[in-house]
Amino acid sequence: MSDVLATLSGVSKVYQKGKEKVEVLHNLDLEIPAGDFIAVMGPSGSGKTTLLNLLGGLDKPSAGTVEVGGSVLSSMSNSQLSHWRSTNVGFIFQFYNLLPVLTAQKNVELPLLLTSFGSKERAKRAAIALDVVGLGDRARHYPRELSGGQEQRVAIARAIVSDPALLLCDEPTGDLDRETADEILKLLQILNREHGKTIVMVTHDAQAADYANRTLHCDKGTLEAREVA
Amino acid sequence: MKYFGLIWKNVWRKKIRTSLTMLSVLVAFLLFALLSAIGYAFKSGEDVADAERLVVINKISLINPLPMAYMNRIAATEGVQAVSHASWFGGYYQDQRNQFAQFPTDPYEYFSLYPELKMPEEQLDAWAKNRQGAVIGREIAEQYGISIGDRIPIQATIWTKADGGRTWEFDVEGIFETDDPRGSTAYMLFQYDYFEEARAFGKGTVGWYVLRVEPGADPVQVANAIDMQFANSPNETETSTEAAFAQSFAKQFGNIALIVTLIMGAVFFTLLLVSGNTMSQSVRERISELAVLKTLGFSDRSVLGVVLSESILIMLTGGLLGLGAGWLIVQGVSQSMGAFLPGIYLTPEAMLTAVGIMIASGVIAGIFPALKAMRLSIIDALARA
Repeated sequence: MSDVLATLSGVSKVYQKGKEKVEVLHNLDLEIPAGDFIAVMGPSGSGKTTLLNLLGGLDKPSAGTVEVGGSVLSSMSNSQLSHWRSTNVGFIFQFYNLLPVLTAQKNVELPLLLTSFGSKERAKRAAIALDVVGLGDRARHYPRELSGGQEQRVAIARAIVSDPALLLCDEPTGDLDRETADEILKLLQILNREHGKTIVMVTHDAQAADYANRTLHCDKGTLEAREVA
Repeated sequence: MKYFGLIWKNVWRKKIRTSLTMLSVLVAFLLFALLSAIGYAFKSGEDVADAERLVVINKISLINPLPMAYMNRIAATEGVQAVSHASWFGGYYQDQRNQFAQFPTDPYEYFSLYPELKMPEEQLDAWAKNRQGAVIGREIAEQYGISIGDRIPIQATIWTKADGGRTWEFDVEGIFETDDPRGSTAYMLFQYDYFEEARAFGKGTVGWYVLRVEPGADPVQVANAIDMQFANSPNETETSTEAAFAQSFAKQFGNIALIVTLIMGAVFFTLLLVSGNTMSQSVRERISELAVLKTLGFSDRSVLGVVLSESILIMLTGGLLGLGAGWLIVQGVSQSMGAFLPGIYLTPEAMLTAVGIMIASGVIAGIFPALKAMRLSIIDALARA
């Protein structure tokens, strides 16, 4: 875990809310080693999701630099960021965000549409990803035919299908019961330990944070990164 | 093409809404096909017109006849190579629904002026020898099952016979065809001599003259020379090219092209509102899904392309179905009513135009929702989800 995958240097993020400016992140420095599993905890509005957005190239900092896997995201154009996201990062959301009109298999294939793979190769890779999350037999099911836990597993398969180094999870168990949440967290742990994925997970759930290697805590409106475990 | 599955699935997200939109597109292009074919039928006379053929009509109007005595004077005009004449008979075969055109004329002169009409020489000779003989076009023969040797009754609607009768009987001596694929053969020709002898009124007149100018002669000068000859006479003439004659004939029914354009304009304007509304709703209700696509790495342009393609696909699917249905109907009408409405035909150019309109309508209906999707902020959209 000595290689650094992501570095945030002097990152600040200011949002304009009407006439008021709200500083969500203030002069943040953070290094995320490759292969790490970090839980980010804190109250609502503390900047956890903003941190994920910056790491995932969905947003740009107001000041400072964000570097992930050798790419300086803060200086990339929107189209460069789109391309970068398609191969370097996987997103897992609280409400799964699967496309209801597509089967599990086709949802997982979505990121591969942005590659040069043919339809057979896309199908093969999506099938492998579904097998990894234990849903190989649900490939032809639509999201409405799956339970919440199964939908989140499909979302995880979609996040890993293009083999990104970094997985960003925004409250991945926030909509699940305890038992299912534990299954999802164990799956994330396996992806981290056995497949070497670097995971940054935002959560309100202290039990979920226990699955991570370490926890960062956000507080007081601006982000103060301090290691608590 | 690899996005096609995604686009197709999105199109059918709301099956009833998409079906209704496609149905409105289908109806619009069915109407387009039918009106195009009808418009072409009215215009087909112009398209097959020969630039070296001139038509002489009464200056007052086409329905006013010209004296038969003009024939020799027109033939003697400098630059005139050959001349013939025809008149509108306006009868029907057996039943009033069986309407097709009949023209009394001179056999040899008429066929020499229309070399595109093909008929065996012996049939032409047989017709010329039989005063009550007639020749019919292939379309008429096939539609009514008429063969050479048949004696057919034609009920006159204008020209009663001198004996008061309205039934004219003819011996079918030949069947002609045309080597011009756009030309019609949905009419009948019979001997002017029989017509002249048997009709109750209008003797010594013809409907119009057709002439061919000599090679190298200026058609405009020839036309002017003919009209000059008959200026200030009780029957002044108006000589024009065959195309202009066909055009003025079609205009008797109104400005078909303008009517078609106005109807189609209204239809497509409504269509754009309907399909534009469908696309706007479709984008509005899946803002978060579009944001997810962008999160996964779909570029702004890809998202724009996906939404625009959905709009074009709806137009193409409904439009091609409508065009196909229109083509089938036109084929059916052409076969069953070809004699009544000769030249009804859905041209390849009209079909290509329709496809062009489908794509353009798809772009116009989809562009604003697509731009909205393209400019979507991922952060805002996910926060709203």
